[in-house]
Amino acid sequence: MNGNSAAALSVDRLSIRFGGVTAVESMTFEVKEGEVLSLIGPNGAGKTSAFNAITGYLPAAAGEVVYRGTRLNGLKPSRIAALGVVRTFQKTSVFAGCSVLDNIRIGLHLQSRQHPLAIILGWPSVAREERRLFEKAREVLQFVGIESRRDDVASSLAYGELRLLEVAVALAAQPTLLLLDEPVAGMNSTETTDFMKMLGRIRALGVTVLLVEHDMKMVMRASDRVVCLNQGRIIADGPPAEIQRHPDVIRAYLGERHARAEG
Amino acid sequence: MRRAATAALLAFFISIPLWVANLYVLHVLIVTGIFTIAAMSLNLLLGYTGQLSLGHVAFFGIGAYVSSLASLGFSVHLAPDWLVTLGPQPVWLAMLWAIAISGFCGWAIGRISFKVRGAYFVIVTISFAEVVRLVALNWDELTNGPMALNNIPPLTVSIPGLIEFSFIGKVANYYLVLAAAIVAYVVIARLVHSQAGRAMIALKENEPLAMSVGIEVTRYLVLSAVVSAAIAGMAGALYAQYIQIVDPNIFLFIYTVTMVIMVVVGGKGTLAGPIVGGLIFGLLPEGLRSLQIQPELQWVAYGVMMILIVSIVPRGIVPALAHVWNDRVRAKAGPAEASEAGARQAAQ
Repeated sequence: MNGNSAAALSVDRLSIRFGGVTAVESMTFEVKEGEVLSLIGPNGAGKTSAFNAITGYLPAAAGEVVYRGTRLNGLKPSRIAALGVVRTFQKTSVFAGCSVLDNIRIGLHLQSRQHPLAIILGWPSVAREERRLFEKAREVLQFVGIESRRDDVASSLAYGELRLLEVAVALAAQPTLLLLDEPVAGMNSTETTDFMKMLGRIRALGVTVLLVEHDMKMVMRASDRVVCLNQGRIIADGPPAEIQRHPDVIRAYLGERHARAEG
Repeated sequence: MRRAATAALLAFFISIPLWVANLYVLHVLIVTGIFTIAAMSLNLLLGYTGQLSLGHVAFFGIGAYVSSLASLGFSVHLAPDWLVTLGPQPVWLAMLWAIAISGFCGWAIGRISFKVRGAYFVIVTISFAEVVRLVALNWDELTNGPMALNNIPPLTVSIPGLIEFSFIGKVANYYLVLAAAIVAYVVIARLVHSQAGRAMIALKENEPLAMSVGIEVTRYLVLSAVVSAAIAGMAGALYAQYIQIVDPNIFLFIYTVTMVIMVVVGGKGTLAGPIVGGLIFGLLPEGLRSLQIQPELQWVAYGVMMILIVSIVPRGIVPALAHVWNDRVRAKAGPAEASEAGARQAAQ
């Protein structure tokens, strides 16, 4: 695997504006190869905006996003996905009308090249590809642990399963950097624990993870490093234990009085 | 089970000319078949990719005009002193041209209008159909305008020294349209069960998510438009060589509306939907006519039936039937098996 200290993703003085409102102001941080980095901060701190700008869903007003030497600014989301940067969404987002299996097969889109003419003419290579995709889809479902729901329509899944399916769709795209936007929001503690286990397995695959999450227990347990945002600016960057004690972080979350009491 | 049902259905359609002697009935079936093919092509765009083309008849009409012009030959001034002449081409070649040029128009419309989707795509397609109609109406030198293109030759298949066969008459055309419908069905079925088809469905279901796993939006929207337009063009070419006369009224909005009704009532996003819808709304007007009631009442009955079907089964006839079928399967099998089987069917 890659060296521990090499930066996979570097975000350099990134600013995002909506009309006159600045959502993110000159944000700079790096995600190292193989680490789990959490982006935390109060609501409206600009976490999801940063996610959207990194993955091409929002234009950056200024600054640069570079992944493994490739500048991501201005690229389409589909192109960024092809470079190995794949995200999930804050609001549960699956292909609701498709079966679980088809959700994964859609996620596997980049793993197969079927020429439209070959498809229409029914060439055997297409059938071969389809069998291969089916096997791969089963592997992904096994990995996430929802193989028993393979043939069910996605919209019939329970909430916890839906959130697993979302991650499974993203994993099918074979990311080298996975961006998870509040993956355990709304989950009960058992579901969260299961999710943590899966996150461990994802790490073991060598996938770098950038996590946005409000569940502090999960953030502290899962991350190697935490970056805290407030009002569009980075106020702290360090290992979880340090961030927990950081006065600016406490101030951002709990207010001035708590910070003084702690400090 | 599925295979047996398909074979039985095919055998039924193939046998029709053997026991239907009435030529008028065969004529109605042929025209219905042609419009059903057009509806199948619209379904690819509307039902699978989720884009409503309200100018779909444009591709149908372009197919009809291109194949007619190529098989009749034409000479037209593209500039005052620039005369382009094309001699009469074999009809099969003219039909291939029709498919190719309709497909190209689908590509062009897709490239232009898929940057702005939803309502804008609907408007662009309506305008496109209207512009093409006006061109057909006013470009006398090429299209004969309202005087129509007449004496369009029928499709002739010839292998020199072996056979020469012209599709003249109802029975021959019935089988020609049936064969074309099967080809269209197979092409669409292969497409929607492939990587490309799943990408189209993904765009309909959830475009931001589709992009996040690397699906190039424009590429698959345009691919869908090209295949859809090409098949509509094939239907138009079949229509021209069967009816043997083409005038600008082929571009009327009502034909697009008929196709949309066929797709929506039958069940958009299902392979069988446009076929069921096409047969119902292709045959219904003729069925009502045979009741020998006043024409106004026939249309009232047509409208009432349509409203009834849409309000009883809003998602279309085929999805509703599939639902009923699943419930029966579930009731028969044991509870554990049944939920699994039902879900599997629903997912398909």
